[in-house]
Order: sequence, then structure tokens, then C-alpha cells
Amino acid sequence: MSVLVYTENWDGKFKKLSYELVSYAHAIAGMLDTETVAVSVGDVSDTELTALGKYGASRVLSVQDARLSQLVNQAYASVLYQAAIRENAQVVVMANNFTGKAVAPRLSVKLKAGVGAGVAGLPLSVEPFTIHKKAFNGKAFATIVIKSPVRILTLLQNSFGVKETGGVAAIEEFLPDLAEHDFRTSVEEVSKITGKILLTDAEVVVSGGRGMKGPENWAPLEELARVLGAATACSRPVSDEGWRPHEEHTGQTGKIIAPNLYMAFGISGAIQHLAGVSSSKCIVAINKDPDAPIFEAADYGIVGDAMKVLPEMIAAVREMKGE
Amino acid sequence: MKILICMSNVPDTTTKVRFKDGNTVFDTTGVQWIINPWDELALTRALQLKEEPGSGIEKVTVITVGLADVEPTIRKALAIGADDAIRVNSQATDAYDVARQIAEAIRSEGYDLIMCGIESSDYNNSMVGGMISEFLDIPSVSSVSSVTVENGRFKVKREIDGGKETLSVTAPFVAIVQKGIALEPRIPSMRGIMMARTKPLKVVEPVAPEVLVEHIRYELPPAKAKCRMVAEDNVRELVQLLHTEAKII
Ligand SMILES: Cc1cc2nc3c(=O)[nH]c(=O)nc-3n(C[C@H](O)[C@H](O)[C@H](O)COP(=O)(O)OP(=O)(O)OC[C@H]3O[C@@H](n4cnc5c(N)ncnc54)[C@H](O)[C@@H]3O)c2cc1C
Ligand SMILES: Nc1ncnc2c1ncn2[C@@H]1O[C@H](COP(=O)(O)O)[C@@H](O)[C@H]1O
Repeated sequence: MSVLVYTENWDGKFKKLSYELVSYAHAIAGMLDTETVAVSVGDVSDTELTALGKYGASRVLSVQDARLSQLVNQAYASVLYQAAIRENAQVVVMANNFTGKAVAPRLSVKLKAGVGAGVAGLPLSVEPFTIHKKAFNGKAFATIVIKSPVRILTLLQNSFGVKETGGVAAIEEFLPDLAEHDFRTSVEEVSKITGKILLTDAEVVVSGGRGMKGPENWAPLEELARVLGAATACSRPVSDEGWRPHEEHTGQTGKIIAPNLYMAFGISGAIQHLAGVSSSKCIVAINKDPDAPIFEAADYGIVGDAMKVLPEMIAAVREMKGE
Repeated sequence: MKILICMSNVPDTTTKVRFKDGNTVFDTTGVQWIINPWDELALTRALQLKEEPGSGIEKVTVITVGLADVEPTIRKALAIGADDAIRVNSQATDAYDVARQIAEAIRSEGYDLIMCGIESSDYNNSMVGGMISEFLDIPSVSSVSSVTVENGRFKVKREIDGGKETLSVTAPFVAIVQKGIALEPRIPSMRGIMMARTKPLKVVEPVAPEVLVEHIRYELPPAKAKCRMVAEDNVRELVQLLHTEAKII
């Protein structure tokens, strides 16, 4: 028996998300009184792999197959399926990110395993397997029971946190059996976003809406993001107008994020916008309209002009950080 | 070639969510039902492809798993321009079961491209599309922001964590679509609404249900504490509060 956790890497490195997933899997393994086994695909150094032990993995199955350098949904599902069978997994944990959304549903059918998609906390009980998940775009939570003997959970990033337990993971080479049939999509062109903090990774996000008036006013917002080590985001009309790139659009029809701090400048707080950001731990709103709905979702607020507040905010953060 | 759009019937995005029977059932009183926004965009893109000269796409079908009460939403899809529709006569409760019902209903129909939305705005699972592809044992591409067709081959763009990729895929396959697939959803024209009444809507009976996940209870998020207001000329105080009280910067 085991809890299996898929730890994705980025150019051979794990990131905080990977450690969070292992920590989460380990906590569930504790509830089931079993071990935590990680699966890693691709070229990752032994040091990186053994370090997963720090968060509770007792073993890491390391898969090397050049054909897996691209995300091929079917092949990845097949790798995890074979790992789950080999380790007699009762639970498989993945991230609720692009990869998780691509692979988990295929794996679910292979294993006939019910999925808890976008879960935020530990199961309320393991017998029956009961867990909370987001529903209705964050307007409610659902308690679900997964009735199958194997379950797949996709965890919302930043919702559980990293917990160190200490330990070293043993590395095992794992050679799943993959057929040509598993590789029927091929990537022809890649464009990477580099040198920027990814919105989905960021702990602090500075976001602007139509109240910013135009793309020419984004310089102070980007400067604030820089001093805070934050990613930048925007509301949908802002990306529709082409003021900001589409990757920055948050909300029901854009990215769904849960940073520790979300700062909204000139955003009214429409329900579709909040659907993407309401899980943030703390929301700060700057809006010149005291009745803007964003203040109902916010923890801290300033009624005022974003253009005036931004430079002062930059100065105050700099001062606090002793810059 | 033929395109299939999987369509989920969901409460209008601005619906105030309420529950009944001891918070076990979604209260549908007064709820307006719409085509899941992603599915509406997928349909829009499918129709654009069909209209492109030489695309080779002849037919766009929509399919929904649901009881008779979802038919107005299906008619809307027909009014927007879908050629015909299928309804699998079963209450949709579990992603695995929905995907299985769809796969069984269309297994022998030979669709070249099956489009699903990335997420339904009620259950937020992001699951049905990928599950259909596995039931049918065909490729899937997720987080798709563009689909084009050239000489009978599909090219899709997808988003991955930290970048974008262009892929070439051989039909049949499932595209799970997100932002970018179409800019604005198409709205029904008067003529479309008239024509929708007579377009074929086939009702098929479900295979025996197989439900792996049950929703047993709902909760509204805890009421938020009142927003703490800081004066406009006191930005420094706000930064201090974030540092000392909220401890996040
Ligand atoms: C199906 C559907 C899906 C949608 N999905 C999304 C989504 O994913 N994400 C999203 O964001 N939206 C989405 N929307 C749109 C959403 O309903 C709102 O229209 C949008 O969020 C509004 O963006 P905004 O707050 O930037 O602009 P506005 O609503 O125009 O608000 C601008 C705000 O700025 C304030 N302001 C103006 N000047 C200043 C100033 N100088 N200083 C400070 N404040 C100022 C104003 O008081 C106002 O509150 C969706 C809509 C639909 C129908
Ligand atoms: N009852 C349903 N009938 C047909 N398609 C559905 C149904 N439910 C979900 N889908 C499709 O699956 C997508 C993702 O839904 P979900 O997995 O529930 O988040 C939707 O955008 C639809 O394309």
C-alpha cells in the first residue's frame, strides 16, 4: 500500500509546489498508515530526488525516457498508472495545475479511481474517503465522498503548505512499458515565459483593472511588484484591450490563483473576477469608489486614486525593506 | 470531418448560490441556466472552422448529459448554429459517469474532433474532457487556446506551466479548451432561433450508471470579516499592517 505523489520538475529542478505536494501526500499517508512514494519523470539530479525525503517521501521512482520530455497526456497517464499498480497505491496526489488537469482524468479512467479535483485540505475521513473541494467557482464548498478503492486528488497550489519531516528518499529506477500508441501528439514549437515570476507560483500578486486607465500607467504597478517580489496580474477587460498580456488575466475565465497577498488596483471586484482570486489569503483593494464590491472581498482597503497610492506604496515598502 | 461539442448546462455566472434540504442539494429556484461559458466558446470556434473554405468540416454536433429540463440550453446551442444535438437522458452528477455516458453514446459515430471546456462552472472539475479521451483511447490536448485545421490536420496551441506550445495532432482527438479559443461567444440570430426548433435533437438512453464520487453536502464560505479601511494619505500604515498584523510582506 502507498500514497503516490507525482512531482513535476522544471528544467530538472523541483519547486515549492513539489514539496507542498509531497508534504500533503505524506500527511494522507499518515492517516492511512502507509508510506509516501514520489514519481519523477525526466532528468533530475540525485540530490534533488533524495531531498524529497525531507518532506516525507520514503522512495522516489525515477523515470527516464526521452520521449517524455514533452507532456504527452496519454503517456504520462500510462506512467502513473503503472507506478500506481506497482506500488499498490490507495491515493494518487497531483497538482491542480496544467499538468494535473491534463493527466489526472486519463489516470482516473485507467485506475477506475474517483477524483477529488481542486482539493484544499486533508480528507475529513479516510473511511469513507471524504474531502472538501471548491464548487460553483469558489462561491461554495462541496463535501464529496470518493467511493472507489483508489482515489486521485489534485491539490490547489499554496493551500496546504510545505512541511518538513526530515528524511532521505531512496531512488529507484522505474522503467514503465510505453507503446508508440501512447505518443500520438507532438510538440512543434515552444515559447517559454522566462525571467518573470509566474502568476501561478507567486506568493504576492499585484493586479490592475480598468481603473488604471491605460497601459502607459503600468510602470508604477510593475515597480511595486518588483520591490515586493510579486507577479503582475490584471482583470479581463485589461487583457481584452491588449493593455496587458493574456497570461495575466485572472478570474473565472482566466487564471485561478491563491497567493498569500493579492493587491487589486482599480478593479471593481465583479463576481467573475473574484472567482479567480477569492482564495487568496489576504486581499488589499485600492479603489476610488467606496461602494465598489471589491471591498466586500477585501481584508484591507483604501478609498483613493491608484495613481496617487502606488508611488507612496512603493516608497513605504522600500523603506520597510531598507532599500 | 465532424466536430462534437460537449456542453454542460450551468447556472448563470452571477447566480447567488443557495442550498436546500440541509445543505445537501443545490437550490435551483429562480436560477437562470446557460451554456457553460467555455463550451459556448468551443461551439463558436467549431462553427468558425466549419465556415472556413476548405476546412473539410461538415458538421458540428452538441451533446449534453442531462434530463429533459436541459433542453432549452440545447436549443440555444442549435440556435447559435450547431447542426444537431444529442441528449443522454441521465442526471449528471459525477464526472466519470458523464464522460462514460458521452463516450458510449458516440463511440461508433466517428467524430474527428471532440471539444470540451476546461472547467464547468458548477462542479469545477476539469475532468470530463480528459476522461472521454481515455474511454475512447484517443489523444487529448488540454488547456488549448487555439485550434486550426490545415490539409485535414489539426494544429493546436496549449498553455503549459510557464509557456505555450504548438502541437500537431492526428484526428480523432479531444481538445480541452480555455481562454483564447474564441474571443466572444456567438449569439443566436433571429433566423437561428427559428431554425433551431426543427433541427434534430436525439435523445439516447444512458448505459447503467457508474458513479465514483458523490456530493454529499455543500457549504458557503465563512463570512468575511469587515474590510479594514486605511486613509488614502496613510499608505505607510497599510504597509505596516501588512507587515506586522497580516504578516505577509
Ligand atoms: C462569462 C463572464 C466571464 C468573465 N470572466 C472574467 C474574468 O475571468 N476575470 C475578470 O476580471 N472579469 C471577468 N468578466 C468580466 C467582469 O464581469 C467585469 O466586467 C470585469 O472584471 C471588470 O473589470 P475591472 O474591474 O477592471 O473594470 P471596471 O468594472 O470598469 O472597474 C474599474 C474600477 O476602477 C475604479 N477606478 C477608476 N479609476 C480609478 C482610480 N484612478 N483609482 C482607483 N480606482 C479607480 C472604479 O471605481 C471601478 O471600480 C467576465 C464576465 C462574464 C460575463
Ligand atoms: N453533463 C455534461 N454533459 C456534457 N458535457 C459535459 C457535462 N458536464 C461537463 N461536460 C464537459 O466537460 C467540461 C468540463 O467539465 P468538468 O469536468 O465538470 O469541469 C465542460 O466544459 C463540458 O465540455
